[in-house]
Amino acid sequence: MSKLAHPGRGRRVHGIAGGITPAANKAASLRSRIMPCPLAPLYTLPLTQYKSVPLTPAVQAGDYVQKYQRLTTSANPDAAHVHAPTSGRIAAIRNCLIADRVETLAPCIELVPDGADTALGCSPVPDFRKLPTSELFQRIIDAGICGMGGAGFPVAQKLRLAQSADCQLLIINAVECEPFISADHALLRERAADVLLGAEIVQTVCRAARCVIALKRDMHAAISATRSALAHSTVEMLLVDSKYPAGAERQLIEAVTGMQLPAGSLPLEAGILMLNAGTTYACGQAVVTGSPCISRITTLTGSALTTPKNFEALIGTPVTFLLELCGVKQHDHTATVLGGSLLGVELASLAVPSTQTTNCLIAATSADLPQSEPELACIRCGYCADVCPVRLLPQQLHAFARNHAHAQLQDYGLTECIECGACDYVCPSHIPLVQYFRAGKQELRDATRHFEQAESWRTRFQQHQYRLKREKESARERRRPESQPTSAPVSRHSPAFSREQAQNEIAAAVARSKARQQARTNRLLASVPKSSGDPEDSGGVA
Amino acid sequence: MYPLIDTALIRLLLWAFLLLALLGLGVTAMRYWRRKLADQHSLVDRINALLPQTQCGACGFEGCLPYARAIANGQAINQCPPGGDGTIIRLGNLLNELPRTLNPAHGVVVEPRVAFIREDECIGCTKCIRACPVDAILGGPKLMHTVIARECTGCDLCVEPCPVDCIEMRPLGPDHSPRWVLPNSGSGTRTSLEVTR
Repeated sequence: MSKLAHPGRGRRVHGIAGGITPAANKAASLRSRIMPCPLAPLYTLPLTQYKSVPLTPAVQAGDYVQKYQRLTTSANPDAAHVHAPTSGRIAAIRNCLIADRVETLAPCIELVPDGADTALGCSPVPDFRKLPTSELFQRIIDAGICGMGGAGFPVAQKLRLAQSADCQLLIINAVECEPFISADHALLRERAADVLLGAEIVQTVCRAARCVIALKRDMHAAISATRSALAHSTVEMLLVDSKYPAGAERQLIEAVTGMQLPAGSLPLEAGILMLNAGTTYACGQAVVTGSPCISRITTLTGSALTTPKNFEALIGTPVTFLLELCGVKQHDHTATVLGGSLLGVELASLAVPSTQTTNCLIAATSADLPQSEPELACIRCGYCADVCPVRLLPQQLHAFARNHAHAQLQDYGLTECIECGACDYVCPSHIPLVQYFRAGKQELRDATRHFEQAESWRTRFQQHQYRLKREKESARERRRPESQPTSAPVSRHSPAFSREQAQNEIAAAVARSKARQQARTNRLLASVPKSSGDPEDSGGVA
Repeated sequence: MYPLIDTALIRLLLWAFLLLALLGLGVTAMRYWRRKLADQHSLVDRINALLPQTQCGACGFEGCLPYARAIANGQAINQCPPGGDGTIIRLGNLLNELPRTLNPAHGVVVEPRVAFIREDECIGCTKCIRACPVDAILGGPKLMHTVIARECTGCDLCVEPCPVDCIEMRPLGPDHSPRWVLPNSGSGTRTSLEVTR
C-alpha cells in the first residue's frame, strides 16, 4: 500500500506485455478546436444509465423542463441521474433504439428543445478546498456522471467504493490508445487545468495519497499543455508507451505501478482507483460550476466526413445530427462505427442518440473498413501470443473454443481476456479470434448456469426422496396398534446392551434350566417305588 | 581359499529380494483394490453429473441417480431423452463407449419446457404435487396450485395425474439477449453479434 503512495526515487514507467502499434489516425480530428454543438431538433435521453441501476422518470409527456433540470428519480442514492441538456418540452417517454453494444430498445425520455436554452441557476464554487469532502461528494453525485471511458459505471458508486476501500492511488486515464479517438487528447490540449482540478477534487473525495495522470508518449500537444498546468497542481504526470492497449485498466495499472492485479480481483482491492480524463473533467465541472453532466467530448472522424472534429456533444443528440455537422460525403459513407476502430461496433441504424459513453463516431468509407478476408486455418505462428497484453495463448484458446472444450478454456484463462482485438489485428490467417473468445465466454457462462440449475434440481430431488422416506416411516409408526407394547427385542447393537447384564441373564437362564432339570429328576425319583432297593436298578435309571 | 561365490550370501540376498517383491506386490494389490472401489463409487457420481437432472424417469428408473447407478452396472447409455445426443456423447466419452442414437422406446428429444397450471381450472386435488419429483408445485388440498417455474425441470410427470387436465407444458421463452456465435469458417464476417429472436 505504502509503495503505491510513495514510489520512492528512481520511479520509472513499467511497460505492458504485448500490444500493437496500429496507425493512430487522430490527426484529422485534432486539426480543429473542440466545437460547441448547436441545438438538435430532438434529444433522446436513455433511462438505462447502467445495467443494474434502473431510473424512473420524474416528468411526464408535455412537461416543460429547463436546462440542468433533473428528470429522473431512483431508489439508489448513488444512481447517475438524467438531466435536461437544454430547455424544452418532454415529447414522450417511450422505448427507443439506443446503442448499447448492439442496438436495443430501452425506455427513453424524448425532449423537444424550445431554442431558448433557459437554464436553472447553479451555485459555482471559486475554491473547492473551502468545501467539506461530503459537500464535494454530494455535488459529484448530483451531477449524474457515468464513466466515460467505456463501461459507463456510475462514478458516484465507484467513489463510494473507493472511500470504503482505503484508496492509495488515483490514476487519471488519458491514454486513449485506440485509433481514431481523440476526445481526451483534445480535452487535455485545451482544458488541462480543468482536468487537473477535477483530479484534485476526486483525490480529495476518495482520500487517495497520490494522483497520477497517464498520457501516451505521442500525445505531444496534450503533454505540453498538461505539463504547463502541472505547475499549480500536486498531480504527477506519467507517459506510457504508444502501444495499444496501454489504456486498458489492468494494463495501465501494470504500466504505472509495475503490479499485475490477480485474476478476478478489482483494482480497488489493491487500493487503486482509475478514472477516465473526461470523467474527471465532468467531476471538476460538477463541483466548480455546480452544473450536472449534460455533455461530453465526442470525436467525429472518418474519411466520409469533410471536416472531422471534436464536438462537445450534448447527451441525447442524434448520431445523424452530429455526423451532418461535419458534412457527410453521402456517396462514400458506407458504415458508421461507434467507438474506435478496434473495439467499436458498426451501427446498423443511425437513429440512436449519443450518450455519456459515446467517445467516438467513425463515418467510414469502403477504404476505411474493407471487407474482411476469409478466415484461413491457424498456422500456429504465435504472433497472437506475442501481442496479447494479458499473456494468454490465443492460438490455444481458439482451438479450444472451436471444440467447445470448456474445461481447457477455463484452465487457459479465457475469462481474463479483455477482448482488445490485438490478436485479431496481427493474425496472418485473418481469424476473428475475439469473436471466438466472446462466443467461448458465452458458452462458459451458459455451462455454469446449466450446472447450477442441474445441481439445484439434484438437491431438490434428494430432499424429495428423503421426505418421502420419512413420511413412509412416520405413517408406519402411526399404523401400529396402541395395545401392543413397543418392546423391540434388545439386539446386540442397541444401546441398552451391556456385557454384565447379558452374563447375568445367561446365568439366570442356566439356573432356571438347572432348576427345571432338578424338578424333573425329583419327579422321576418320586415316581419310582421305594420297595425295590436293588442298587443296580436304581443305577440303571439314573 | 574362499569360494568365489558365497552361496550363503546369495541365498540371503535372494530371500530378501523375494520378500521385498512380495511386499511390493501386496501393497500394489491393496492400492489397486482400494482405487477400484473408490472409482466405482465416484463413477456413479461422475455419470450422475452428466445426466440432466430433470428426474423425469423416462429412462425407466426413478430418477437420474438410480439411472446413473444402473449405467455404472452396464445399463445402456442411450435412454435419456432430455439429455439428448449431447448427454449420450459425454457419457460415451466417460465410459469409453461408442455413442448411439437415443433409444426411441424412451421418448424423443424435446426443447426445454416448464409446466404451467391453468389456475382457474385447478380443483386443488394435490395429485400433481405428489407426482412432482423436485417439489416444484405449491398448493394445498382444495386450494389452487401453481408451479415454481424456476425450479420446474419440465419432466411431464405432473400432466398425467391431473384429473381435470389443467396442466400444460409450455416451451421456455426464447432468450432475446444478444448472443455471440462462433464464426463460420470462411464466411468473411468479422464481427457478427447475432440477435436471436
